[in-house]
Amino acid sequence: MMAPERFRPLAGVLAALLVTGVGGMLVWALRSLPPEASGLSAQVRERLPESGVRAEVTAVLLNFRGYDTLLEMAVLLAALLGAWHLGPLRLSRGEVSRGPVMESLVRFLVPAMVLVTGYVLWRGSHAAGGAFQAGALLAGAGVLLLVVRPDALALRDRQGLRVLLVAGPALFALVAGSVLFAGRALLEYPPEHSGSLILLIEAASTLSIGITLTLLFAGGRPRRGGGG
Amino acid sequence: MSQYLWYALVGTGLFSIGLLGLILQRHLLRRVLALNVMGTGVFLIFVALARRAGTLPDPVPHAMVLTGLVVSVSATALGLVLIGRVQRLHGRPELPEDES
Repeated sequence: MMAPERFRPLAGVLAALLVTGVGGMLVWALRSLPPEASGLSAQVRERLPESGVRAEVTAVLLNFRGYDTLLEMAVLLAALLGAWHLGPLRLSRGEVSRGPVMESLVRFLVPAMVLVTGYVLWRGSHAAGGAFQAGALLAGAGVLLLVVRPDALALRDRQGLRVLLVAGPALFALVAGSVLFAGRALLEYPPEHSGSLILLIEAASTLSIGITLTLLFAGGRPRRGGGG
Repeated sequence: MSQYLWYALVGTGLFSIGLLGLILQRHLLRRVLALNVMGTGVFLIFVALARRAGTLPDPVPHAMVLTGLVVSVSATALGLVLIGRVQRLHGRPELPEDES
């Protein structure tokens, strides 16, 4: 039983005043913005043919603002490393409510989700979709497996798992850096190959994002297992 | 009032509710949830402002929100693991008070 919280009226009033002030400033700032602003959309549309993909958001994420996305992959990996350093994985097997409906649903859903992951990844080149959406779907399938069949996933800290975890950021960094040798700027893909390079980076990133998010859901670091 | 401004103001409301929760709540899980509510408010403001470009929204804020979502998920997950750690060390999911 936790101790009852002390009621602090002064703190409440001060916090309410502060939040009202911040909120009021935000409202004022938003209202003073011009009602029509194209932002950078004209520039994006103008250079879209050079990006290698036909979807604007994917072009911004993987090409025009590729630096953000590269660092974002590093943030994901750093979060997982942080979680792993805080303790071992504890899977609570007792709370799993397993029934025939759940079992067969998962058996049907997980392959379907993996299939949709592939579709969403491919779709990112010309419409809404891409590595992050596909990675989130893959993570959904992983979490579902983790909740219902933790034994089926057999989480072990294997060499192969680590390779998959760093595949996305490592491949991204490799491509970003190797164009430097061709006399280009960091992340400046050669236009004739940019489409396939982006798809390659996205495919590796999808795997890394999906597995990283699943492992972040699991929490701690899995036990060390054999190689492979 | 135009539609985008309405959505942006709703985002401001979410941000303020989250900020209030972050300051007043002591339970760490509630604080992490409050941070998430704040983040959702910011994303809503971004997506709403992207709409000012016309019928087709500005893709740059959309890409930034996508980046922000992933960072927010990672931060939340790390925060939850840290809360578990605090719970094991102190017996309750709150930061210890300074005894002065």
